[in-house]
Amino acid sequence: MRLVRRADAERARIPFTLDGAAAEALAGDTLLTAILATADHLRTSEFGDGRRAGFCWMGACQDCLVWVEGLGRVRACTTQLEPGMAVRRA
Amino acid sequence: MKVAVIGAGPAGTRAVEVLVRAGHRPVWIDEAAANGGRIHQRPVAGTTRSHRDLYGTEAAKAEAIHALGERLRAASDWRPGTLVWNIRPGVLDTLCAGRHGTIGFDRAILCTGAMDRIVPVPGWTLPGVFTLGGAQIALKAQGVAIGARVAFIGTGPLLWLVATQYVKAGAEVALVLDTTPFTTKARAAAGLLRDPATFARGLALVARLRMAGVRVIEGGVPVAIEGADAVGSVRVRDRAGREHHIACDAVGLGFGLKPESQLADLAGVPFVFDATQRNWVPQHDRAGRTAVPGICLAGDGAGIAGADAAELAGARAAWAAIEDGGGAVDRGEVARLDRALARIPPFRAALERAFPYPATLAARTPDATIVCRCEAITAEELRAAARATHVTGGAPEVNRAKAFTRVGMGRCQGRVCGPPAAEILADALGCDIAAVGRLRGQPPVKPIPILAQAVE
Repeated sequence: MRLVRRADAERARIPFTLDGAAAEALAGDTLLTAILATADHLRTSEFGDGRRAGFCWMGACQDCLVWVEGLGRVRACTTQLEPGMAVRRA
Repeated sequence: MKVAVIGAGPAGTRAVEVLVRAGHRPVWIDEAAANGGRIHQRPVAGTTRSHRDLYGTEAAKAEAIHALGERLRAASDWRPGTLVWNIRPGVLDTLCAGRHGTIGFDRAILCTGAMDRIVPVPGWTLPGVFTLGGAQIALKAQGVAIGARVAFIGTGPLLWLVATQYVKAGAEVALVLDTTPFTTKARAAAGLLRDPATFARGLALVARLRMAGVRVIEGGVPVAIEGADAVGSVRVRDRAGREHHIACDAVGLGFGLKPESQLADLAGVPFVFDATQRNWVPQHDRAGRTAVPGICLAGDGAGIAGADAAELAGARAAWAAIEDGGGAVDRGEVARLDRALARIPPFRAALERAFPYPATLAARTPDATIVCRCEAITAEELRAAARATHVTGGAPEVNRAKAFTRVGMGRCQGRVCGPPAAEILADALGCDIAAVGRLRGQPPVKPIPILAQAVE
């Protein structure tokens, strides 16, 4: 799966890193949008049942948790991407 | 009198409007950065889309709520980006930007909104499956579609609305599967005509999808969402029993809405089983008053009634808080609100009849399917907990089943799995859905960091 940009795609590009690799997204993206526009998952279930990519997009299901250097564990769907963020999925 | 309004959707915004007009300066709290709630979710800054593009037929309402929000920010003690994670008598526990805090209040109006109600489908934890509400937020707030070729599965007005919005945005919609047969909806038509404008909007959505050539199945069921590491296809069965295998890379899933009523629960508000919504709702009178002194409820968090009703209920609850605090009340305005609110329940009942939660489908979730996605608990584990042969005896209600299996014990606290888990348990026990009860809320209502900085 990959998110597909359908509107407001003419925004400033901002750099971040995903698991140490250079990545790019748009100003105004949440971490969830930023990550799933370039990668196919957000986290791996602790119970061995595979990968997850969030579910509710509204801060309720808590299934989009990622790690950001300096912030700790955050919900990707309600956290705004900032330039230079170092995001980890494990 | 210090009034706290929690939530800045249609209900919270109208509540604050009334309070400010009556001379109060309420503390106004929302987790988001700006008001509007989920229904009138704000787009990214600098969007090139108009209100009409973003909110369709609801553009004027969204614009009014947003403009009101801008005006009320300065007139209230506005606290954006703030989670209320607990409510105690006279005190809210909050978290804002990693810092814990407390906010005292004499009266609180809880306008905490709603989220999608789910039926677990095999494969529903795969990357690419999102709620219908989530699929809509993706498009509205972030300008993204959840995939290149999307299947929408569920029931309710939101199913048809989101699918139409995706078509309009140029996304390929591979399927709309409504578990409710056309005949069920047709039977509810007379009741739906109590709100002819909304009914007409609904018919227009269906017509638009059909005109766009979207494959529509009514009265069908989802069989499985398939893929190795992400969604690759869906298998569904139509009403005649024929199976269809449809390629797609994302799925929007949702079967109506459920109240986000955790704070009402923690405040001690009694809940009642609402047979129309087939869900537990916090008990309140038409003005929003509850059995707990000082606590009023408004909007979908008090029981699903929609955005128009939320605006009315928010204003009405604010007048109730003002009156209970000994303030002067605009009787004419209150009478107008009461008359308008009285028209809501018959229409809502018709809507619930038109798009019933597919309880049997939920109750018969296949054994191997995950019900609780936080803790990866399957339907079979839940059924085993219900059996009297269970080592500690069968679980007679959902909280015991939670203790046995961890269903609903995870990070979302049963927000997602609660309704289907109750259906599965009731079916396994052979009892009525109301008899298995509801998952009790626990603070914090959402995960908070243990290492959050000291209380301000």
